[in-house]
Amino acid sequence: MIKIEHLSKSFGKFAALKDINVHMRQGQAISLLGPNGSGKTTLIKSILGLVIPEKGNITINGQSVKRDWSYRSLIGYMPQIGHYPDNMTIDQVFALIKEMRKDTHDYDEELIRGFQLNKLGNKTMRSLSGGTRQKVSASLAFLFSPSVYILDEPTAGLDPVSSELLKEKILKEREAGKLILITSHVLSDLEGIASHIIYLQDGDLRFYSAVEELQAATGEEKLNKVIAHIMKNESRVAKTIQ
Amino acid sequence: MLPYKLIIVLLMFLPGLSWAKSIKVYPGRNSFQKAINAAKRNDTLLLQPGVYKEHDILINKKLVVIGVHYPVIDGEHTSQIIFITADSVILQGLQVQNTGRSSMTDMAAIRVQNANHVIVRNNKAFNNTYGIYLQNAGFTVVQNNIIQANSEDELNSGNGIHAWKCHDLIITGNDVSGHRDGIYFEFVTTSAITGNVSHANVRYGLHFMFSHNDTYTNNRFSDNGSGVAVMYSKGVTMTGNIFLHNWGDAAYGILLKEIADSKINHNQFLKNTVGLYMESTTNIAVGDNQFNENGWGIKVMASCSGSNFTRNNFTGNSFDVATNGTTMLNHFSENFWDKYDGYDLDKNGTGDVPYYPVSVYSVVSERVPTAMILYRSFLTGIMEQVEKVMPSIIPDQLKDDTPRMKKWKL
Amino acid sequence: MKTIIKYVLLDLLRNRVILFYTIILAVLAVSVLGIDDNPTKGLLSLLNITLLFVPLITILFSTIYFFNAIEFTELLLSQPIKRNKVLLAEYSALTVSLSTAYAVGIGIPLLLLVSGIESFILTLIGILLTFVFSSLALLIFVKFRDKTKGIGIAIAIALFFTLLFDGFLLAFIYSFSDYPIDQAVVGIIAFNPIDLARVLMLLHLDVAVLMGYSGALFKKFLGSATGSIFSIACIMLWIIVPLLLSVRIFNRKDL
Repeated sequence: MIKIEHLSKSFGKFAALKDINVHMRQGQAISLLGPNGSGKTTLIKSILGLVIPEKGNITINGQSVKRDWSYRSLIGYMPQIGHYPDNMTIDQVFALIKEMRKDTHDYDEELIRGFQLNKLGNKTMRSLSGGTRQKVSASLAFLFSPSVYILDEPTAGLDPVSSELLKEKILKEREAGKLILITSHVLSDLEGIASHIIYLQDGDLRFYSAVEELQAATGEEKLNKVIAHIMKNESRVAKTIQ
Repeated sequence: MLPYKLIIVLLMFLPGLSWAKSIKVYPGRNSFQKAINAAKRNDTLLLQPGVYKEHDILINKKLVVIGVHYPVIDGEHTSQIIFITADSVILQGLQVQNTGRSSMTDMAAIRVQNANHVIVRNNKAFNNTYGIYLQNAGFTVVQNNIIQANSEDELNSGNGIHAWKCHDLIITGNDVSGHRDGIYFEFVTTSAITGNVSHANVRYGLHFMFSHNDTYTNNRFSDNGSGVAVMYSKGVTMTGNIFLHNWGDAAYGILLKEIADSKINHNQFLKNTVGLYMESTTNIAVGDNQFNENGWGIKVMASCSGSNFTRNNFTGNSFDVATNGTTMLNHFSENFWDKYDGYDLDKNGTGDVPYYPVSVYSVVSERVPTAMILYRSFLTGIMEQVEKVMPSIIPDQLKDDTPRMKKWKL
Repeated sequence: MKTIIKYVLLDLLRNRVILFYTIILAVLAVSVLGIDDNPTKGLLSLLNITLLFVPLITILFSTIYFFNAIEFTELLLSQPIKRNKVLLAEYSALTVSLSTAYAVGIGIPLLLLVSGIESFILTLIGILLTFVFSSLALLIFVKFRDKTKGIGIAIAIALFFTLLFDGFLLAFIYSFSDYPIDQAVVGIIAFNPIDLARVLMLLHLDVAVLMGYSGALFKKFLGSATGSIFSIACIMLWIIVPLLLSVRIFNRKDL
C-alpha cells in the first residue's frame, strides 16, 4: 500500500530522516513511535506531501507522491493541532472539504453523529473548545472512507468517552482492511489497536514489526511495558527481532 | 427750433445720399476689383454667392462691401487678398481664404492700412497667414469675425488679428484659432478687446506690447501654446476674462512683463500651468479673481513691486504662490486660500493667524525640478510640517495676514 | 480553488479586524470629505491616509493571517489538490476581502461625495496597493518559518516603502541634480509601489504643475497616458512577481 524507499530528509544540518525503508500494507494499524524529534512528524508529512523528500521515494498504490497530488484522495488525515479559520462554522468546514473531494459521495458520518457535531453545525470554530475542534478534525479524516488513515495524536485532548468512540472507529476501519498510521504519546490508547509498530529514533528506523512478535520477544503483554522493555534493552531486542 | 436745424443738416447730406447706389457683383474674372473701380464713393457693393478667385483687391474709396450668403474670396495661396486704404469702409459677410505665405511680407486676408473708421465685421477668414491686419488704423471696429488657420509652428504662421501702430480700436466678438498669436497688439493705444474667444493658437491667445491704456474684458483664452502675454505697457485693464487650460513649461494664464499701473479684476484662471506670472511689474491691483486648479496660482518674481492681491480665491492649485527670492514688495490680503488651516476664534470671517502661501516644496522643486516626482509623498508632507514649525526656506514677508475663512462669492 | 476562495472569504468577511478596518476607513472618509466644502483637500487627505496606512495594515494583517492559518493550510494541502492552488486561493480571498474593505470604507463615500476621475483613481490606487502588499506578505510567509520574524520584516518593508525609499531618492536627486537624471528617477520610482501609486494620482491632480517643468522626459512621461500606463504596469508587476516567487518557493517548501 505505502512503500517508502531510501527516504532521507534533513532540515539544514539536522537530519530528520535517514534512509528509511518501509512497506506498509492494507489491514495494518501501524503505530509510529519514537521520542520527540525522532522524525515521526516528518515521516507523516512526507507521506502527505507536506514535506518534500530529499532522497528516496514514496509510493502509494504504486503512485509516487512527488508529482501527482491525486493520491491524497486515498488518505484521511487528522492533524495534531486542529486550527481552523475563526469565523468558519463547523458546517462550512465540512462543506469546504466535501467540495474539495468531489470524487467521494458516500460520506461516513458515523463520527459526526457520535460526537454530536451535527447539533453544533452553526457554531464558529473560534467558539469551540480544543477538544471539540479535535472532534471536527477526526470526523473530517473519516468522512470520506479513505483507504489510508494518518492520525497524528488523535486522542490528545479528547474526553474519555470520545476517545473510546474514536478508538472503536479506528478498530472498525482496521477490520475493514484499511491501512492506519497513527502516532500517539499515550501508549495505552494504542492498546488493541496497533497491529504493527514503527520505532524511529534520531531519524533512523529502529524497527518495524508486528506487535505479537514484540510481545514474544520481550515477554511483555502490555504495549507500554513492551516499549519500555525495548528501550531498556534496545540492542538485544533489536537483534532478536531481526 | 431743433427740428428746423435738423432738417438743414439732413438737406446738406441729401446730395450724397441720392447718388449712392447698390451694385450687385457676380463671380467672374476680377469682377470684384472691377466693381470697386467702377463704383463711386459711398456706393454699396453686394457680392453675390460664389467663388471669386482674386487677390490684391484694393478698396481705396469709401465703400460698403456686403457679402450675400458668404461669397468666397480665394487668394489661391498666392498673395494678400483685400487691402482697405480708405476711411470709413465697411466690409462684411465675406469668406476670405488662402493667402500666400512669405517670409518677406506679412500676407493678410484683410488689411486695413492708414485708414480710420473702418468696420470689418461678420467675415470668415480661413487658412490665411494673417487674418485681419490693422496698420496705422484708428477708430476701427473688428467685430464678430471667425478667423481660423492650421498653423503648426511659430515661424511659418501669422496672427489672427494683428494691430500695429493703431489707436482707438474695438475688437469684439471674434473667434480666433489656429494662428500664431490669436490677437496681437503692438503700439496700440486706448483700445478695447471685448468678448472675443481666442483658442488653440500656437503661441499666445493675446500678445500685447507697448500698448497703453487698453482694456480687455470678457474674453476667453484657452488652450493656447503659451496663454496670454502682456508686456511693456501701462494702464491696462483686464476684467472678466477667462484663462483656461494653458499648459506647458512656458505657458501662463497671463504673463505680465514690465506692466505698470494696471488692474486685473474678476478674471478666472483655470487649469493653467501658471495662472498669473508677473515679472518687473509695478502697481498692479489684482482683485476678485479666481485661481482654480492651476499648477501655480501666481508666480510673482522678486522684481515686482507695489502690487496688491486682495479678495481672490485660491482653490485646488498645486501651489498657490511661488516666487524666486526672499524679498517681497507686494501685498496680499483678504484672500481665500483653500490650504489655510488656521482658525477664527473671534468669528469675524478672517483667520487669526497669517497664511504663508509659498509651499516649501514649490521652492524645492524650483531648484531641483526632478524632485517634483516626490510631491505629495509622506516625506514631503513631513517637510511641509517641519517648515511650518521652523520656517527656513520660504520668504517670510510673503504672507496674507487676513486670510478669509470662506470662499468669496465672485 | 474557487471553493477555498469562497469559504475563506466567508470567514474573512466576518473577521473583526477587517470589519474594524472598514469602519475606520469609512469614518475617516466621511469626516474628511464632510467637514470641508473643498473636495480637493479631502481627496488629498484621503490620498495621504491611503499611501500611509493601506500598505502597513495590509502587509501586517496579511502576514499575521498567513502565519496563523498555517495548520489550516496544512489540512487543505492534505486533500487532493495542487499546492499552488491552495496558496493562491488563500491569497485571493485575503486580498479580495481587504480590497472590499477599502472599496467600501473609502471608495463608496468618495465616489458618492466627490465625483470625477480623481475619486476613481484613488479607489483604484487603494485596491492596487492592497493587492501589492498582500502579495508581499505572502512572499514573507513562504520565505520565513518564524511568525515573529515575519511580522518584523513586514513592518520593515512597509516603513521602507513609505518613508526610507523616498528619503534616499530625494538625497539622490539632490546630489545629482546637475546631471540628466530624469530617466533614472523614473526608473527608480518603479521600484517602489507606493511611489507608483502616488505618481498615478499626481498625474491627475497636478498635471498642470508637472507640465511646467522643462524636462522633456517628464513631459513625455507625465503628460501623456504613457505615465499612467507605465505606473499601472509596474504596480501589476509588483503584484505578479511576488506571487510567482511565492508559488515557486511554496512548491518546494516543507511545512
